[in-house]
Amino acid sequence: MAKSNKPIVWSLFAGGGMIAAFVLPAMIFITGLAVPMGLLLENALAYDRMLALVGNPIGKLVLFGVIFLSLWHAAHRLRMTLHDLGIRSGRVAMLACYGVAGLASIAAAVVLLSI
Amino acid sequence: MSEPVLELEVLRYRPETDQDPVFQTYTVPYNSDWVVLDALTHIKDNIDRTLSFRWSCHMAVCGSCGVMINGEPKLSCHTFLRDYYPGKVRVEPLTNFPIERDLVTVADDFMEKLASVKPYVITEEDRPVSAGEHLQSPADLNSFKQYTMCINCMLCYAACPQMGLTPDFVGPAALALAHRYNLDTRDAGREERQEIAASNEGVWDCTFVGACSQVCPKAVDPAAAIQQTKIASTVDWYKALLPWGK
Ligand code: SF4
Repeated sequence: MAKSNKPIVWSLFAGGGMIAAFVLPAMIFITGLAVPMGLLLENALAYDRMLALVGNPIGKLVLFGVIFLSLWHAAHRLRMTLHDLGIRSGRVAMLACYGVAGLASIAAAVVLLSI
Repeated sequence: MSEPVLELEVLRYRPETDQDPVFQTYTVPYNSDWVVLDALTHIKDNIDRTLSFRWSCHMAVCGSCGVMINGEPKLSCHTFLRDYYPGKVRVEPLTNFPIERDLVTVADDFMEKLASVKPYVITEEDRPVSAGEHLQSPADLNSFKQYTMCINCMLCYAACPQMGLTPDFVGPAALALAHRYNLDTRDAGREERQEIAASNEGVWDCTFVGACSQVCPKAVDPAAAIQQTKIASTVDWYKALLPWGK
């Protein structure tokens, strides 16, 4: 049996899993709870601050990493779940899952680069 | 007062007469200390001598009495009637295996998969007996001990949805056993085992449902072994891309 090339797909999935588990909850907490509830500085998410974050090349890279890996994780998990449910028409499920993740990632990259 | 009784629905399949498997209901005395295997033995001894099922040790060591009990893979020697009484108990052969007769399944495919991962210590060169013991620290032992507890009961194969969908999948117990030898400090056979373990039919057919670890009666946690093998195989894969990697 030949060794599999699935590690490419899976390493992105595993990386996305880490982000979905650790980074996303923190971001949801900051943007959805901490700032509105006044736990952080009122202007923590102010427009000019955010613009500076997104304008910085490292900021762009980190944001793109978080978005791309989270989307990839979701796409792969969804495809595996469809497979478990017996929906095995590989190509369609694959295109739908990874396609949405891919398009959304490209959109994120375009937006990030245009700032 | 009449003695309490319990109804047992057992899937029967006698290849010489049955076209398809059929359920047969037996009424057995209810005893709160009995396990399902006791009830099956009672049927065989007192009601119907034609009923076939596998068992040996009656103490969750031999791994031969695995069956589906009310739809869940369990050792029949380890499952008390009192957990079901006064409800019925439905006993079927393990899912994902062909039926040989009644509750007896054909385990040949599992045996082949088990052998395919070379579940034994492979050393780089032959060690003469005069070389003495191959010492291992308690920490070394601890790193793989849980994976040595497998009794090959095949409950994990019956629980795994991938086994049903992808019959070529090497499966939980065999992959956990491969991992057990890979982690053994006396062993040098990982490269050989990876031929199977790192293939598509190896760890990569697993979608991490985790049912194997839930049903395992020996707390082997094959799902953890498979995920650890995925990580190690991924590291191998990227290493092989490096100019100095092989
Ligand atoms: S891993 Fe657990 S469930 Fe699977 S065969 Fe071994 S003991 Fe049985």
